[in-house]
Amino acid sequence: MFIAIFSLTLLGGALGLFLGYAARRLAVEGNPLVEEIQAILPGSQCGQCGFPGCAGAAQALANHEAPVTLCPPGGREVVALLAAKLGVEVNLTEVADTVPQVAEVLEDLCIGCTRCYKACPTDAILGAAKQIHAVFREACTACGKCVEVCPTEATRLIPVPVTLQSWYWSKPSLQGATA
Amino acid sequence: MNPLSRFFSGLRARGGVHPDGRKGLSAEPPIRILPMPERLYVPLQQHVGACARLSVLVGDKLLKGQLIGASGGNISAPVHAPTSGRVVAIGEFPSPHPSGLPGATVTIEPDGDDRCIEAVVPNDPFDLSPEEIATRVGAAGIVGLGGATFPSAVKLKLSRKSGISTLIVNGGECEPYLTCDDRLMRERASGIVEGIRLIAYAAGAREMLVGIEDNKPEAIAAMRLAAAGSEVQIKVVPAMYPMGWDKQMIQVLTGREVPAEGRSAEIGVLVHNVATAWAVYQAIRFGRPLVSRVVTVSGAAVVAPGNLEVPIGALAADLIAASGGLLTQPQRLVLGGPMMGTQLPHLNVPMVKGSSGLLALTGKEIGLPQPAPCIRCSNCVRACPVGLLPLEMAAHIRAADLSAAVGFGLKDCIGCGSCSYVCPAHIPLVHFFNYARGELAAQEKGKLRTEATRKLADSREERMQRIAREREEAARQRAARKAAADAAKKAAAMEAARLAATENQEELV
Repeated sequence: MFIAIFSLTLLGGALGLFLGYAARRLAVEGNPLVEEIQAILPGSQCGQCGFPGCAGAAQALANHEAPVTLCPPGGREVVALLAAKLGVEVNLTEVADTVPQVAEVLEDLCIGCTRCYKACPTDAILGAAKQIHAVFREACTACGKCVEVCPTEATRLIPVPVTLQSWYWSKPSLQGATA
Repeated sequence: MNPLSRFFSGLRARGGVHPDGRKGLSAEPPIRILPMPERLYVPLQQHVGACARLSVLVGDKLLKGQLIGASGGNISAPVHAPTSGRVVAIGEFPSPHPSGLPGATVTIEPDGDDRCIEAVVPNDPFDLSPEEIATRVGAAGIVGLGGATFPSAVKLKLSRKSGISTLIVNGGECEPYLTCDDRLMRERASGIVEGIRLIAYAAGAREMLVGIEDNKPEAIAAMRLAAAGSEVQIKVVPAMYPMGWDKQMIQVLTGREVPAEGRSAEIGVLVHNVATAWAVYQAIRFGRPLVSRVVTVSGAAVVAPGNLEVPIGALAADLIAASGGLLTQPQRLVLGGPMMGTQLPHLNVPMVKGSSGLLALTGKEIGLPQPAPCIRCSNCVRACPVGLLPLEMAAHIRAADLSAAVGFGLKDCIGCGSCSYVCPAHIPLVHFFNYARGELAAQEKGKLRTEATRKLADSREERMQRIAREREEAARQRAARKAAADAAKKAAAMEAARLAATENQEELV
């Protein structure tokens, strides 16, 4: 019995010392998770999540202080990636309720003041002084900054229009049946 | 085909179902030409790949076969005027698509003359180089007419590159109701055989096989007669669904299996449809681009079912009117066959290159049973021609776990509908798979978008910093210049003061 106690104590002690040494020697500065999360986020610094830019949001996500559904422009894909990264269970069908949107400039109201394109974090608005501005739909993240700064309420967010290329079958609903 | 060989080639085919063919409805009357409609609505996107680029303006006079949309990229196909006439509108028009969403469409008012554009054709098409044939096939706007609508020239050029030994021409036509390929083979066999020889020459294939299901004895006889004396071999395959799926046809005829997510070229086989062979013959021999096709009009709601040769852009309503109209209000309109076709929202949509059939089905023909819980009978597993587990895939998709469904082979699913057909619980399995594939594609697109957004945001950030830096630099330089100027001024003033002082002193002295 003494041999067993002795050997286990020795083993525990040695391993403990080794782990202690390794923790000091191989210590990691900062949280690598934050950087990985930041790589997932869109990086447009729109601030819709309530944090100062994507870096702040990544920090909060890494500390589990914010839900993975915090990023409106990221949409469902970002939610799914964040949930996988953080090991969080999330019901994606609920996230789907927020329809993807894009900004639109109402040409009757636009006075060409250039405020919206200066505010756009992804250069998705084209324009010049006293010229009607237009939105590149592919580049727009629907962050809403242009809507905030427009003095004539000429910019607004609309749901992304469905085209022949983007349309696909909806999920079949089975009343009461289980597949 | 004798029972023994039927048994053996049946063994090679995996899965499959035997739906009631209902081909008798439309198989007997010969192909009729559709009277020219008052308007033709020609969509610019009728193929897989990039949309054709518009090359006409409203008011332009057109000749039959004139280009109205040029090929829009590497994988694309041009679109030609189906008859002579005038362009009356260019804009959005409902497309033959289950969503009923509009697509870019050229509206043509035929002048009734049907005058063709001049074409230069060689006396012997086999004098042309194989590359030239492929180029002409591309310029004629030919796409896979079996329904896949993949540009044929792309397939020909790829086959030359990858080295094809066998050309298989698909005369399976396994979809119930459809008889357009059957009629084409019965009536135009010699043209098809020449088209096959042209395709084989262009692709560099030595062996030419035509697979025809044994439920079309007249077509087999006609094709055998036309192919007599040539290298084209007519092969009879057992009638089952989906025999017309190219990989199934390859396996039954050659015994070789195309690997998962692979292409038939990997095992040295090229597959084309019989209607495509006919179109190639027309294009190379007579210089006629693809501007019409044979469409089966069938279903119990149609007065006189049959096959019509229709110009591209004719409305579904024109086809129904030319078939004697409707007996009753159809419960469902289908473009293509009942297994893989798409539901049409209304008859106000044009026929396109890939339209093989127009079905007006009654409630009795379709049946709308309520889905019930899965009892895990595994009928769908036995029916699947790809060898997948449809019940498992559907269960995971239902639970929003798409990656698990992909793990079960979702991407190999061909959407043939065999599983939905045999399911005793009437679960819309293929609908689940189509939804999941659309959703996966949307997610993939979203990921690319996120990356692009980040790039845009980063480059803007960089630009802003650069501008701020440059501004600062400019301000510093301005300040330095000002300081230098001030110093110079000061120095000059001091020098002047000193000079003045010395002068004063001199005066004093």
